[in-house]
Amino acid sequence: MSASSAFSDEKGGSASEPEYGHDPASGGIFSSDYKRHDDLKEMLDSNKDSLKLEAMKRIVAMIARGKNTSDLFPAVVKNVACKNIEVKKLVYVYLVRYAEEQQDLALLSISTFQRGLKDPNQLIRASALRVLSSIRVTIIVPIMMLAIKEAASDMSPYVRKTAAHAIPKLHSLDPEQKDQLIEVIEKLLADKTTLVAGSVVMAFEEVCPDRIDLIHKNYRKLCNLLIDVEEWGQVVIINMLTRYARTQFLNPNVNESLLEDSSEKAFYASDDEEDEDKKTEAAALAKRKPYVMDPDHRLLLRNTKPLLQSRNAAVVMAVAQLYFHLAPKAEVGIIAKALVRLMRSHSEVQYVVLQNVATMTIKRRGMFEPYLKSFYIRSTDPTQIKILKLEVLTNLANETNISTILREFQTYIKSMDKDFVAASIQAIGRCATNIGEVRDTCLNGLVQLLSNRDELVVAESVVVIKKLLQMQPEQHSDIIKHMAKLIDNIQVPMARASILWLIGEYCEHVPKIAPDVLRKMAKTFTNEEDIVKLQIINLAAKLYLTNSKQTKLLTQYVLNLAKYDQNYDIRDRARFIRQLIVPTDKSGALSKYAKKLFLALKPAPVLESPFKDRDHFQLGSLSHLLNAKAGGYQELPDWPESAPDPSVRNVEIPDWSKCTSRKDRKEKKVDKPFYSDSEGESGPTESADSESDSGSGSESASASDESGSGSESEESGEETESEDEEEDEEKEKKRKKHLDKTKAKKPAEESAESEQSSGTEDRKRGRKAVKNQKSASESESESESSESEDESEEESEEESESDTDIRKKKTPVSKQPPKQSKKESKKEKQEMSLLDLDDFEPAPTSAPVTPVNFLSSSLVSDLEGLSLTDTILAPTTIAPSGLIKLYELLHRITGEGLAVEYCFSRQPFSPDPNMVAVQIQFTNNTNSETKNLHIKEPRLQSGMRIREFAEIEVLAAGESVTVVMGIDFCDSTQAANFQLCTHTRKFFASIQPPVGELMTPVFLTENDFKKEQGKLMGMNEISEKLTLGEKCVNEHVIVERVTATANLSRVPCGSDKECRFAGKTVSSGCLVLVTVATKEGGRAQLTVNCEKMVIGTMLVKDIMQALSQ
Amino acid sequence: MIHSLFLINNAGDLFLEKHWKSVISRSVCDYFFEAREKAVEPDNVPPVIRTPHHYLINIYREKIFFVSVIQTEVPPLFVIEFLHRVAETFQDYFGECSETTIKDNVVIVYELLEEMLDNGFPLATESNILKELIRPPTILRSMVNTITGSSNVGETLPTGQLSNIPWRRAGVKYTNNEAYFDVVEEIDAILDKSGTTVFAEIQGVIDACVKLSGMPDLTLSFMNPRLLDDVSFHPCVRYKRWESERVISFIPPDGNFQLMSYHISAQNLVAIPIYVKQNISFFETGSSGRLDITVGPKQTMGKTVECLVVTVHMPKVVLSANLSATQGTYNYDPVTKILLWDIGKLNPQKLPNLKGSLSLQSGAPKPEENPSLNIDLKIQQLAISGLKVNRLDMYGEKYKPFKGVKYVTKAGKFQVRT
Repeated sequence: MSASSAFSDEKGGSASEPEYGHDPASGGIFSSDYKRHDDLKEMLDSNKDSLKLEAMKRIVAMIARGKNTSDLFPAVVKNVACKNIEVKKLVYVYLVRYAEEQQDLALLSISTFQRGLKDPNQLIRASALRVLSSIRVTIIVPIMMLAIKEAASDMSPYVRKTAAHAIPKLHSLDPEQKDQLIEVIEKLLADKTTLVAGSVVMAFEEVCPDRIDLIHKNYRKLCNLLIDVEEWGQVVIINMLTRYARTQFLNPNVNESLLEDSSEKAFYASDDEEDEDKKTEAAALAKRKPYVMDPDHRLLLRNTKPLLQSRNAAVVMAVAQLYFHLAPKAEVGIIAKALVRLMRSHSEVQYVVLQNVATMTIKRRGMFEPYLKSFYIRSTDPTQIKILKLEVLTNLANETNISTILREFQTYIKSMDKDFVAASIQAIGRCATNIGEVRDTCLNGLVQLLSNRDELVVAESVVVIKKLLQMQPEQHSDIIKHMAKLIDNIQVPMARASILWLIGEYCEHVPKIAPDVLRKMAKTFTNEEDIVKLQIINLAAKLYLTNSKQTKLLTQYVLNLAKYDQNYDIRDRARFIRQLIVPTDKSGALSKYAKKLFLALKPAPVLESPFKDRDHFQLGSLSHLLNAKAGGYQELPDWPESAPDPSVRNVEIPDWSKCTSRKDRKEKKVDKPFYSDSEGESGPTESADSESDSGSGSESASASDESGSGSESEESGEETESEDEEEDEEKEKKRKKHLDKTKAKKPAEESAESEQSSGTEDRKRGRKAVKNQKSASESESESESSESEDESEEESEEESESDTDIRKKKTPVSKQPPKQSKKESKKEKQEMSLLDLDDFEPAPTSAPVTPVNFLSSSLVSDLEGLSLTDTILAPTTIAPSGLIKLYELLHRITGEGLAVEYCFSRQPFSPDPNMVAVQIQFTNNTNSETKNLHIKEPRLQSGMRIREFAEIEVLAAGESVTVVMGIDFCDSTQAANFQLCTHTRKFFASIQPPVGELMTPVFLTENDFKKEQGKLMGMNEISEKLTLGEKCVNEHVIVERVTATANLSRVPCGSDKECRFAGKTVSSGCLVLVTVATKEGGRAQLTVNCEKMVIGTMLVKDIMQALSQ
Repeated sequence: MIHSLFLINNAGDLFLEKHWKSVISRSVCDYFFEAREKAVEPDNVPPVIRTPHHYLINIYREKIFFVSVIQTEVPPLFVIEFLHRVAETFQDYFGECSETTIKDNVVIVYELLEEMLDNGFPLATESNILKELIRPPTILRSMVNTITGSSNVGETLPTGQLSNIPWRRAGVKYTNNEAYFDVVEEIDAILDKSGTTVFAEIQGVIDACVKLSGMPDLTLSFMNPRLLDDVSFHPCVRYKRWESERVISFIPPDGNFQLMSYHISAQNLVAIPIYVKQNISFFETGSSGRLDITVGPKQTMGKTVECLVVTVHMPKVVLSANLSATQGTYNYDPVTKILLWDIGKLNPQKLPNLKGSLSLQSGAPKPEENPSLNIDLKIQQLAISGLKVNRLDMYGEKYKPFKGVKYVTKAGKFQVRT
């Protein structure tokens, strides 16, 4: 087919197109055709994409087979701007392959890429940079440099990643650019996205691995990002951090000898409060130098640990070596399990892992002992794996397990794989030398092997026995005799040489046999291998010295034979020995010492593992594997004597891991009261937040009250226009409040339509928690929020709120515990004023003013107390919730006159903070009483819980009653099903929460918010673009919409383009962070960070809907 | 990092080369060929070979050597793992990873390699991203392509690379939403001559085939998660949830993938489903031997043992075997010296037995060693460790998916010493 298809191709007819589908790879289509490239050129020049594509496919196939297609360069490069993506891609492949050879022509293509670099599509920018940087043409270095610099500050993290990739390319093309490149690396190292992290560290490792100072500032960030970086990047980062840690932290095993100590230290080290530890430890270990692990050191260990569960063997190995090199002794053990797991992988992986395990077992044997059996050998393992496993088993052998290991070795000796058998015998020898107790057993076993049929086995045994005997020759003359007999049968030179050496060395122990052996050897001397010959000469010399009477002639004979040997080594040896031992008249001074020379006591050989001392190479590295330094290997530095300044790693934003505990505490304090904010019942939050706000400035203060207004407005549902006024009011408020304080009792009548209602609002608050209000009133935030509430308040009042509301308000009063004496009285006053409606607004405003001073001092503790009393009230306290969205649980008709509605009151449910409070209102529309209203048989998803309300005994006709129950939805939107029972009937009911109700607001400062958001990157972040609805004209509407959708609180924010909200899920307390960034033209970006991705996704959906309406 | 890649078949033909940096002459492979020759068996080629200027790191898979050329220090496992990933991608794309398929799809192979590494550093190895970049060939598509001249390269620019969940494509849509999970456990064991267990452990994997629309968030929980001692996960699994709640929570990749693998090493937990009585002996004289193997069920939890195969690697001197099997068929290959006895289903009432004589090369000494038996078996609907999936929940999507869990136990490296 080849020729004919080539021919038809040349015609380029469209009719022959299908034939282009013919596989271009199956060998030698055009190989013999001289004009082969002409037709390709023609195809490339045609204006049909399909022809070009076909041509490019063939060319690539040729490249793949290693054929030279460089003469097509001009024709191909022309197509670099081709519209067809696949043609384009293949042209890139070609270009990158041949640009180096055709530098001038390659320049033709550069402009295309330069254009690509400016493309609005990030993927095109990235691919342009990628190809441009892959073209190894020196002339374009400046262009590349420029492109990289530009890309390094690109908006898209993907382009920045590509820039990081391009750095080593440029560096290898022109090392002189190093300084500039380091600048780019420094910049990219500061990048916060996981996408970039791996690539830039790779570039760092290739360009400037010694610039450890660049890492300081990014160390903590890298540690924290690590788990979300793609697997290949993880390997590179972990390896780099291992080296870094070795230069920056102290050796955690300084007091290596004191084992119990190190575990203790590890325990201490995990604590955050080092200073205290330092003291206690110093006291406890007065003599020793106390060691305290740097928290950054701990951070690294902690953050890498989960990666031991990666599916990628390279990642697991990287973590393992990190632990081996950096962790305190007591903690290294955890890597063993993971490494053993890797042994199930492909044989190449096994090979590398076993090499590393072998090194580790020498230093830390205990670690792998529990996994001894995992190293047992199967007959189907490849030989190289078998030998490595044997090595590990030998290293693991100790007094307790040696018997099992030896039994195992015994089965190995029967294997068919002779190399492996030989290795097994050596392993037995090593066990015998290392463990004195079993030496005799091993020796006996080896001697038995001497009668093995397989010569190789015998030979290997001889060699090993020789080594063993050298340790204690006296006791084993019978073994030597036995071996002397073997010399007749064994042909393996090494074994024969070993036997001869043994006999020579210990000829005193076998005085009768030795000369006879020499006699036999003399006979066969000429046919022996060289090493055997040398040993014969040795034997002869030794015998001559000890027993010259019997062996003098034999020795002469052997030496004579050796004198004419073909090998000069042997001739030299013979000459040398003759001079030394045979006394002649002119023999030198040396001959006197001949005996000492030959019969000196030789030290027993030490049988060592070939893996000894390999651990000075970083484990897992190529150099370690080869036991030689590979190019580009970075030495693993030794631990420093004293730790360098740890503050270099401090970044403006304090370390997350450190501050969490403190923050948690703070959050707890703040949280509870905060939820109740929207009900306007708990001042403590307000004041608490105003307190913390005061630090962050006025702007944040104003933001926080906006959140208040937001949640308030959510109740009213539709009071958009009112928000506009608020802005104007902002300034006014302060003044007003001021007036309030000073004048207190007489607000200007007309100026204060809003004021009035603000007063009512205040009163409401005051009713529940006077103190808060007082404290709050001192800060503007409170006043503002009350102001902002007024609008809604007005409207709501105009609406049909009325009696139920008031009844609700009453209830708390009656139930209030008498303890609250002082507050109580005040409350009662306010309660009254409330009943009197708007007229008495001076009272509440005056109230807050007075106690300010003494309150502020111990504000926090007071607040705590307050929030407590709050929660006591909570279950029965029902907020003026008429504005909260009501859901129907039971319709009047289906309920046969009993109507049930429920709403999410957004109050904390005090009996169980993990439950969502659901407020249920029963209305009896019948003419008779309904009795015994209660809940029965909840059918819940696993984990969900219900706390039922107390049974309502009687509900009179026409009456309605409201109760609160708690449901723990387990952070899911699954419905809670239950039966609603009256004395006569049962109704099935189910409550399904919108996702926004599964959370409660959390107060965060801007910084806290950013920190937390930083922790919830990667998979935990969901981002969507949206177009704001027509009504979402300003920030306030957005705030209102968002808070209406979800029970979140606004987080202060410096930028007016962004609105931030924070909350946490009720049942598990996971943070939920929402950011709405508005852009030009009504577009916006919505970002939700939440560990619970489901919640996150659903929330995104809901908020999107709310905002785009 | 990785400089070049050469693919070499078992016969020593170099059939594909790809360079990510400057071109390295293929003559560098001579060092590999040398090592290959020395190793005799392809399994025994050292994975890392040192040459004067380069290092060759190779893997052997599906009768192909993937030889990569390295110039500087790099963790060898990094390269090995990557090469295996390449092989898996080929398998994923072409159904199998063989010389023929690679040659047939050389252009796609080349495009894939181009995307997977940039300057020798892995760029996109997630099959989901690659499939968006380069569509895998199907018969239909290749026909359409030949006629219309359209290509396998994705028309749309891939966005997967940019996402936080790189393993999942956006906008997945199925008419039938289904999620299947296969719990596959392999028993690795060594039994000694008397039948006692020298070593046993279970290697389990959970393979998933998830075809769900949209962005589902799945939670898989077990009845007895405590069983799982050592686990490794697909990157999609949230470690934290596992650590705290022992449930597997993940947004699945689209299609087939391995969700997790685990390892149960506590020996008392490992039930050995069968026992083997064997007697293989060679006579001192007469160049012959005897063989007698019986297999019976031991702890099968009431399930049937299927696909039972016994493989014996005979010593070199065994010329032929004259045996009779009460069940199944046997076959002795005198070239490879492998005796294969395919039993099939194990019938507890009538235990299968293989008996007969072996004839040895005349004059050769009686072989020292006894061959070990390798057992292969399969038990359907049973996870031998007792692991049970409790439930699978889906969040984030409204539809109701079809769910299924299947259990299979197989013999892994199951060896009986004689």
